Amino acid sequence: MNKIPSALNLGIRRGGLEIRQFARQRESVVFTLLFPVILLAIFGSVFKDTIAPGVTFSQYFVAGMIASGLVNTGFQALAITIPMERDVGGLKRLRGTPMPASSYFIGKAILIAVSMIIQIALLFGFGLLFFGVEMPTELSKWITFTWLVLLGSACSTALGIAFSIVPKSGRGASAVVSPIVIILQFFSGVFFVFTQLPTWMQQLAAIFPLKWLTQGMRSVFLPDSFAAQEVAKSWETGRTFLILLLWLVIGIFFSVRKFKWDRD
Amino acid sequence: MNVIEVKGLKKSYGQVHAVRGVDLSIPAGEIFALLGPNGAGKTTTVEILEGFRSRDAGQISILGFDPQTQGHAARQWRDRIGIVLQSAADAGDLTVIETVEHFRGYYSKPRKTDEVIAAVGLEDKTGALIRNLSGGQRRRLDVALGIIGSPELLFLDEPTTGFDPEARRAFWALIEQLRGDGTTILLTTHYLDEAEALADRVAVINNGLIVEVSTPAELGGRATAKALISWRDGSQVKMEESDNPTSVVSRLTTQFGGEIPELSVTRPSLEDIYLKMIGGVHEQDS
Repeated sequence: MNKIPSALNLGIRRGGLEIRQFARQRESVVFTLLFPVILLAIFGSVFKDTIAPGVTFSQYFVAGMIASGLVNTGFQALAITIPMERDVGGLKRLRGTPMPASSYFIGKAILIAVSMIIQIALLFGFGLLFFGVEMPTELSKWITFTWLVLLGSACSTALGIAFSIVPKSGRGASAVVSPIVIILQFFSGVFFVFTQLPTWMQQLAAIFPLKWLTQGMRSVFLPDSFAAQEVAKSWETGRTFLILLLWLVIGIFFSVRKFKWDRD
Repeated sequence: MNVIEVKGLKKSYGQVHAVRGVDLSIPAGEIFALLGPNGAGKTTTVEILEGFRSRDAGQISILGFDPQTQGHAARQWRDRIGIVLQSAADAGDLTVIETVEHFRGYYSKPRKTDEVIAAVGLEDKTGALIRNLSGGQRRRLDVALGIIGSPELLFLDEPTTGFDPEARRAFWALIEQLRGDGTTILLTTHYLDEAEALADRVAVINNGLIVEVSTPAELGGRATAKALISWRDGSQVKMEESDNPTSVVSRLTTQFGGEIPELSVTRPSLEDIYLKMIGGVHEQDS
């Protein structure tokens, strides 16, 4: 008798299928992938000032856009689309097959990672061409950037899957999830300079991963001299890594334990 | 060994006792229909057998597994069963062949994609997006996904709801074909003619209990029920109930000296028997 395909093998197959399904929703593709670029264009055109010597707002904003892109593409998209899949019976059907839950999760993670890579490439392209965004030159910054994207993407995927148990229906999901993400973006220094926010907002934001992702991205895209202007007077790279890792573990725990395949 | 073996199955939701002690034994290769009105415990029973719901009490063996099995054993179990759910409207952006091919990859010994698509009569729709299929075509795709893993046991939940008569006949032929392959099938349906056409045995469930298990022909004493003979005598329609309808017809033939005007001999339909058994409660909607 042949063996049942491995969970990883099926996860990769699911990733391909997820990408194919995503690519066929044209409006959604264009909007999702170009959203960070559109925001950069708006904010980059409005705020022409420099926020520190040699640091334009566009430069600051690129860091925030990549961080919040991770949250939009992973957490927000999954916490809204998974309840929709559940509503139409797609998840229950999968539950009835030998495909394990982990393969479904791996498929989602692949979709989010691919979508993020495209978003980042577009953001870099437009940023370089039209908004004078400067790319880091040191290898160490690119290494930091790589693990931030990978860990941030994984964290966002796991938390999105975990949070998909909260909305009762696909129709109501957006109303539950979107405000959380928008508020988090304002509190975490995506749209404004973090240190100019009220202290209570900063402290609240420090509980959640977006603040740390954004700060981590600033360490990549802003000169090291800017670190002195952060709340802790440093980039806190090690702490960022640990906090993201902790949220990843929390996300995986609830995804595995509490995932809902069926509406009732 | 029976493919499905259930003893003393119970399930309550709060104060509602949905299933109050169900026993079922279904041998390999049988097509078994579970009939019952809405709220009778039919869906709860089937979903427990499919592993979608937990139970409060009772022993269950499905192909030798407990449906609540977790982990790798659960995968091995699901590798051998197929489930066609009541309604699914997912994956609208994929084509028929992409979806069947993808699900094929989940199983250890799947059927061939093109054979399955042909078996459900979707050969002309292989490249069509699922969102563009009609309701009946979608349902046939559901069945294709249920049988692609060449299951030993197939659960079919209300498979032909919303079909036109022609599509229903085609679907029945497909089920007969699966019977030929030796697949055991547990069918739930609202349509009594469907149960009669397909099932080797039927069980009627009401108020969370199995009322009777029998062949469709014998259910509720149907085989031995009196036949109703009616004919026209002049301007009058006459009727007579009899255990020996042939002798009545023979008597009438002599009486009329040949053709009996408007002769009909009927026995209670499965539907008549069923309605009597469930106390006249019969809702079509779900």
